[in-house]
Amino acid sequence: MMESLFYGASAVALLATVAALTRANAAHALIYLIVSLLAVAVLFFLMGAPFAAALEIVVYAGAIMVLFVFVIMMLNLGEAGNSREREWLAPRKWIVPGILAGILLLELVLAVRHAPDNTSGVEVPPKMVGLTLFGPYVLAVEIASLLLLTGLVGAYHIGRRFIVRRDFSRPGDNS
Amino acid sequence: MGGLQIPLEHVLLIASCLFSCGLAGLMLRRNLIFMLMSLEVMLNSAALAFVAAGARWGQPDGQIIFLFILSIAAAEVAVGLGLVLQIQRRFKTLDMDQANRLRG
Repeated sequence: MMESLFYGASAVALLATVAALTRANAAHALIYLIVSLLAVAVLFFLMGAPFAAALEIVVYAGAIMVLFVFVIMMLNLGEAGNSREREWLAPRKWIVPGILAGILLLELVLAVRHAPDNTSGVEVPPKMVGLTLFGPYVLAVEIASLLLLTGLVGAYHIGRRFIVRRDFSRPGDNS
Repeated sequence: MGGLQIPLEHVLLIASCLFSCGLAGLMLRRNLIFMLMSLEVMLNSAALAFVAAGARWGQPDGQIIFLFILSIAAAEVAVGLGLVLQIQRRFKTLDMDQANRLRG
């Protein structure tokens, strides 16, 4: 019974991902992507990683997708963007990327085919994750915080001139 | 509720399919927003493989690597969407083939 839940959620994840990456409208694609992320969160929960499942919903499907929604609404591409995307999605343009990705998928499948074990069926509680995170992995936590700070400063620097709408067509204006 | 006993092979298969979908989307689409979405899918499939490995041995390490992937994805999306705004402002399009001049 629970196993069928797992396979159902993985089918939802795959279908929603394929649907998301073939939409012409960015907002519709985003909704499908959120469905896919929620399905992956269900997979995490069923594999005994409830902390990862909660974070997948809160951070991925919540925070990161809200950023996407914000940018899509800010750009307001409209119907002209949709028709242009449909033109770019002509079937003959699918062929080469499809074949390349199919070859890679085949190699991956051949590589993981001999993994005879089951998952352990042991739930890893959040307490254990926290203790390990701030025990042996504390240096990596510091590095991740540095990365996030860099991302914050970089995003502010890149996005700043979009917001204040200054005329920066003059050469040499680097402020 | 404990975890499920699932063949690791099947989980890795799902992660491979998701990764291939993301890779095909990244190669196919020319819109920068969709390319960023494909990157998210690829990172997410890698995270799925890590969590599956953590569940295989019942250790928290997989979930910890998932946390790091999460922070990498957040930083990448923040910078990437800032670039989306700039490119839309300068080139009036999100077509990446137009933004090929590589200058500030």
